[in-house]
Order: sequence, then C-alpha cells, then structure tokens
Amino acid sequence: MAEAGRRRGPTGKPRYSIFALARNALSYHENWQAAWRNPEPKPSYDAIVVGGGGHGLATAYYLASVHGIRNVAVLEKGWIGGGNTGRNTTIIRSNYLWDESAAIYEHALKLWEGLTQELNFNLMFSQRGVITLAHSEHELKEMRRRVEAIRLNGIDTEVLDTAGVKKLVPIINTDQSIRHPVMGGFIQRRGGTARHDAVAWGYARAADDLGVDIIQGCEVTGFLKDGTGAVEGVETTRGTIRSKRIGCVAAGHSAVLAAMAGFRLPIQARPLQALVSEPIKPVIDTVVMSNAVHMYISQSDKGELVLGAGTDSYNSYAQRGSLNIIEHQLAAACELYPIVSRLRVLRTWGGIVDTCPDASPILSATPVDGLYFNCGWGTGGFKATPGSGHVFADLLAKGRPNAIAAPFGLERFQGGYLIDEHGAAGVAH
Amino acid sequence: MMLITCPYCGPRDDAEFSYGNQAHIARPTDPSACSDQEWAEYLYFRDNPKGPFAERWMHAAGCRRWFQVVRDTSSHAILQTYKVGEWPDPAIDPRPKESAS
Repeated sequence: MAEAGRRRGPTGKPRYSIFALARNALSYHENWQAAWRNPEPKPSYDAIVVGGGGHGLATAYYLASVHGIRNVAVLEKGWIGGGNTGRNTTIIRSNYLWDESAAIYEHALKLWEGLTQELNFNLMFSQRGVITLAHSEHELKEMRRRVEAIRLNGIDTEVLDTAGVKKLVPIINTDQSIRHPVMGGFIQRRGGTARHDAVAWGYARAADDLGVDIIQGCEVTGFLKDGTGAVEGVETTRGTIRSKRIGCVAAGHSAVLAAMAGFRLPIQARPLQALVSEPIKPVIDTVVMSNAVHMYISQSDKGELVLGAGTDSYNSYAQRGSLNIIEHQLAAACELYPIVSRLRVLRTWGGIVDTCPDASPILSATPVDGLYFNCGWGTGGFKATPGSGHVFADLLAKGRPNAIAAPFGLERFQGGYLIDEHGAAGVAH
Repeated sequence: MMLITCPYCGPRDDAEFSYGNQAHIARPTDPSACSDQEWAEYLYFRDNPKGPFAERWMHAAGCRRWFQVVRDTSSHAILQTYKVGEWPDPAIDPRPKESAS
C-alpha cells in the first residue's frame, strides 16, 4: 500500500489532516468523501447494537477495533447522535464518590484524552476544568470528604475556597448575602468539554471504516427468540435482521425495548432540559456546576453560554419539559452570574434520560440469553461515552462482564449492592 | 407544561404538583416472605410505558392531597384524573392486564 500512511481500515478512507484540508480547499471542498456509508441492512450479523448514539457507536467501534468483531450493525431509528448525544451539555469529568464509579468514569476520561488522535476526528476535547460549587458549610464539608475519596482513587481533584473560585470564574457573584452564597467548591482540572456531535460522527466514521454497518432510519419493533428463549434477531421497520448477540444502548427508550423483550428495568424516563444564550465574547473558560441550585454553565466555542437544568419530576418520552424548570434554572443563573440577566435565550430543548434508582448505570446481561443492556446513565451519560462503549463491547464480545462492568449488573437490585451516586450525579432526580 | 385537574381543586399548572410515579402498586402483604427478586420488583422496578400511564400526583401547592392521573407519556395529554380508591376508566386503563383489578 503506497499510501499506507494516509489510509486506514478496509474501506480505505483518507485520513483527516491539515494537508487533506488544504488539498480539499483547492477543489472548493466539493470532493470530501462521505464519512460513513449508508448500507442496506444484511439478513444477519455477528452482533447488533440497537441505538446509534455516542454509546452505541462507541460500542460498535470497540467491538471491531478491540475484539475483531466487524460484522456488526448499529440500528438507529432516527439519525445518529440525534438523541441525548446531541442534547447534552457536553461536560466530561470523573469525580465520583464510589470506587466502582471512579473506575468506569476514569476509564472513560483516560480514553477521552487520546480519542481525537485514535479516531482521527477532532472532538474539540478541552480539559478546561470542572468546578462544583458549595453553597453551605455542610456542603463544603461533604465536598472535602468526596475530594479525599476521589484522590484515594488516583483522580485529580482539589478543594477551592471562595477566592479561588472567583479567580477562575471572574463573572461569578461571591456576595455572601445571596440566597445560595458561594462558600467554595472543588475542581477537577482534567475535566472539561467535547463537541458532542463530533463524538458520534468520529465513532461512526471509525466504526464504518472497520466494516460496521451504520443503519439509520431503522427502528426496532420487536425481538425474535428461538425455542430456548434466547434472542436470535430483531424485527425492524426495514425488515428482519438476525443475530444471536444484541446490545441495546437506547438511553431514554431502554424501557420500551425491555418491554418488547418481555421484562422490566429499574429505569424511569424523565425529561432533562438545557438551553443556550445568544453568542457573546468569551466570559468563562471553565465549567461550573452547582448541585444545590441544579444549574451548570460553560461557554461553547461559538460563544453561547450553555446552561443545564435539573430533571422534570415526571415520566415522559416527549423530549420536552416544563417551563418552571427553566425559570428555576435561570433564576439561579442570574443570581450567581449577574451578567446573564442581560442575555437573550437562543433556544431551549429537552432530552429523555434513563434515570436509575441509584444514579448509576446498568451494563448487564438480561433475563433473555444473548440480549444485553447498557442504560441507566441518566443525567450524566455523555462523559462516559468512550468508557461505556469500551466495557460494553467487552461484555458483548465475551458474554461476561469485566472488572469494571461487573458492579453495574442488574443483579445489584436484588442483592442490595446499589452504587449510590446521587451526590456526584450533579443533577437531582 | 401541563394543565392537571386536581379532583379537589380543579385545573392547575403542573408546577403546583409533585410526582409520585406509578399508581396502584400494592405493598406485599407479607414482606418477610418475599424473595429478593420480589422485593426488588416492589422497591425498584416500575412500568415505564411510552403512552398512557396510571400515576400518582400530589397537589403540593394546593390541597396537598394525593390523587391519580392517567397521562400519555408520549404527548403529556391528561386522559383522566381520579381520587385514591378509584380506578381508571376501563376504556383507557393502561395497566397490564394481569395486574388490573
């Protein structure tokens, strides 16, 4: 292969590089190759991933790249990255309390750190730091405990006092007379943000390159089972597709898929809303979260302030929530960052998150042989995308969970081994 | 945004209410006789349908009484509200057949 340095994978797509950019500029960018194919579904595959969001595409990519299972289909009912992957606030961190969570979220963060290079796709991964605020003495003490627990797992965190927060976030109001005064916080400097669409597109392009079929506009409508009750395929809006190994990575719609397969999950589908302001010049170069007021803020590279809200309290699949949640979020934003009161809201939206009783995910075999679920990421799945896909691919390939996935099985609800991360989840639910 | 008709106070904005999830779940009559699986089902496993769902709501900023609602989770349409001790209209009862009483 004369062009070995520029080519990768069986489909031989050219690498993205500054030289490719220059070359394509000469032809007015009219000759870029499609980033992934648009194949017709084959009658059967070695493995099927249901759900073409970041987690599902990552699962397919690692099945192909780590485990050599390349005869894989990703079935997406809409378009890839069109669900929660395109609706989150793009925050990445691994500052969770319990060892089990630290293991999976830090696994993800370490993958993030090399992912742009590995996928040859600019994920705009920016380790700009993530600050979590404390608004009371109690919260600050609890935070010190959490920081020590996180550090014991070898993950970078440090406590900040009020002046330390103010130094990093000049627009924050540290007046101690406000309803939720800033009494300090803690920071994970390796945390940050990434371009959410690029994560889906980067994984899709790399997975496609390894032979994975990404099939959009293909909704699963039922599961086929053999005489023993094991799964042997799916019915879809584009026909029957057979496989004895199926992984469902459908976030908010996980319970709908589980019901088709004949069992329930300890999952509730809830709306989670976010909004962006009109774009302005750079005013904040880090991410600031607050558990007490359910509001988090960062600034996109386009200049929009990205503000996340809390979940609505009720079950929904409507991808929208109630206005009072937005009012609550904006009241907190205006008090903590007074300049926000001068800005217009550009757009608001909602996604449907799969909340779990212990605010931890489920990576598990199910009562149906051959059928696996990766769900329950709730309000915080984006940060875990690479780690989630990596360990779920391992589970699909080997049929048993590795050390990172093992604590996240469905059996924890029978055994009582819950991994309670409501404190670290950042969004109450 | 929803307009929920409290059976005691009338139609009010959904911001006045708090949510109690799935309705009509009976506590096991003899909890100590439950298997781990049955107890887990009671504690953590709920129906989560896309479509009509029988659920509990409480009028937190009004009469503070619990009541029940059949609501479509895909459209937020309120199909019926009724008091505790009453049952969904059989024509729209969303409960799985084996658990309906």
